[in-house]
Amino acid sequence: MTKITFVDAAGQSRTIDAEDGSTVMESALKNSIPGIEAECGGACACATCHVYVDDAWMEKLGKPEQMEEDMLDFAFDVRPTSRLSCQIKVRPEIDGLSVTTPEKQG
Amino acid sequence: MSEIIKTDVVIVGAGPTGLFAVFELGLLDIKAHLIDILPKPGGQCAELYPEKPIYDIPGFPMVTGQGLVDNLLQQIEPFGPTFHYNEMVEGLDVLGTPEAPAFRVRTDGGKVFEAKVVIVAAGGGSFQPKRPPVATIEAYENKSVFYAVRKMEDFRDRTVLIVGGGDSALDWTLNLHPIAKRIILMHRRDEFRAAPHSVNAMRELVASKQMDLLIGQIAGLKGEDGRLSAVSVKTADGVSDVACDRMLPFFGLTMKLGPIADWGLNLHEQLVPVDTEKFETNAPGIFAIGDINTYPGKLKLILSGFHEAALCAQKAHRYVYPEKKLHFQYTTSSTNLQKKLGVA
Ligand SMILES: Cc1cc2nc3c(=O)[nH]c(=O)nc-3n(C[C@H](O)[C@H](O)[C@H](O)COP(=O)(O)OP(=O)(O)OC[C@H]3O[C@@H](n4cnc5c(N)ncnc54)[C@H](O)[C@@H]3O)c2cc1C
Ligand code: FES
Repeated sequence: MTKITFVDAAGQSRTIDAEDGSTVMESALKNSIPGIEAECGGACACATCHVYVDDAWMEKLGKPEQMEEDMLDFAFDVRPTSRLSCQIKVRPEIDGLSVTTPEKQG
Repeated sequence: MSEIIKTDVVIVGAGPTGLFAVFELGLLDIKAHLIDILPKPGGQCAELYPEKPIYDIPGFPMVTGQGLVDNLLQQIEPFGPTFHYNEMVEGLDVLGTPEAPAFRVRTDGGKVFEAKVVIVAAGGGSFQPKRPPVATIEAYENKSVFYAVRKMEDFRDRTVLIVGGGDSALDWTLNLHPIAKRIILMHRRDEFRAAPHSVNAMRELVASKQMDLLIGQIAGLKGEDGRLSAVSVKTADGVSDVACDRMLPFFGLTMKLGPIADWGLNLHEQLVPVDTEKFETNAPGIFAIGDINTYPGKLKLILSGFHEAALCAQKAHRYVYPEKKLHFQYTTSSTNLQKKLGVA
């Protein structure tokens, strides 16, 4: 199990145990984390699973692929730390990851 | 009012469920018109995951979203359904009685239908343009903020801020450029998803100072009574105002329940409750099938929608042909059904 922390736009933080091999988005939904809609169910086709990754984790996660970068065009208030959580695979190396959910998924 | 289109059944939504309903109705000699706000058939399969594989369609070990839609279109072709695309069903009025129902269906494009049965196959709701989450944007919509260009004239001699980096944003940049006073294209990064030739054409206009390109994002709107005067934008240099009197944001589509909420149907968490024998709603003659409905044990799967389509067609037959008795038949062995399919 890998721990992931979600901080909402108001600053409240929730830490969950995520299953390795699933995605950060799936783990959020499974644990009823507010602020992630994931309308397309992880197909990288909706941009409603947008999160801001904690600065400290940016390098470890690596760069988003072209498809994800393109889909981020459909998100709002995109920042250099923006990622689509359905494209981040849960794995032991990201134990302790912290992400912030945006105020609105749009 | 435009001419009224009379038909047996109006199907709201041309997703996989609506498409297969045409087949099941067709076998029972029931004619259908389908209406969808999208410019094409297939609902989620075509809009959200055309290239992705589906593994749980009975009889198909693997088929892509678009592949399934293409097959369904081929399967229903013998029944000659009529498609009305780019139209959102807005109004649904009851004309008949519970025993002999009849309905009037109105679209936002002004089309009017009269039908004996309405099948709501609206999935997750109608696909609608995403609204940028900035304060007061609603007040400007359809006055100075538009999500589509319906009339080019609305943009003549205007300063238009187009936001986005895909084909819609680039195409309208190029199409409106000759008639607008000034076009400003804004995108969050200096990389565009749109077709390379339109990106090149845009870059040439920018190089010759015939339009402006901004790398940034929307931060707020300024204006009065729905009349936009400026958009405040966030760029690498901070927040500043861009004067304009029209804005066209292109951020893709999202599914919203939409007008279905106003049709007098019972709703449970944005879904329409139905019985599991006929998949009829609380309003006799109005059925709900596919992702839009709910009942104990409901699974939002394509195959559930197909099953529901077959069963609701049986009851629809009673409304459309109250005098006729239905005999159960197989497509394999019934010459009658095969004639309808054009294979006998
Ligand atoms: C990424 C992803 C993967 C999936 N994978 C599978 C899978 O492997 N197997 C499976 O069985 N299912 C899968 N699904 C679910 C499947 O796509 C849905 O169950 C199916 O699309 C539902 O079909 P539908 O016809 O009921 O609704 P939809 O496909 O949602 O179509 C409804 C249509 O109605 C239109 N509409 C709604 N309201 C209006 C209105 N007022 N006026 C005009 N038009 C309107 C909409 O624009 C839309 O086109 C997947 C879904 C997603 C997002
Ligand atoms: S869930 Fe739709 S893009 Fe991530």
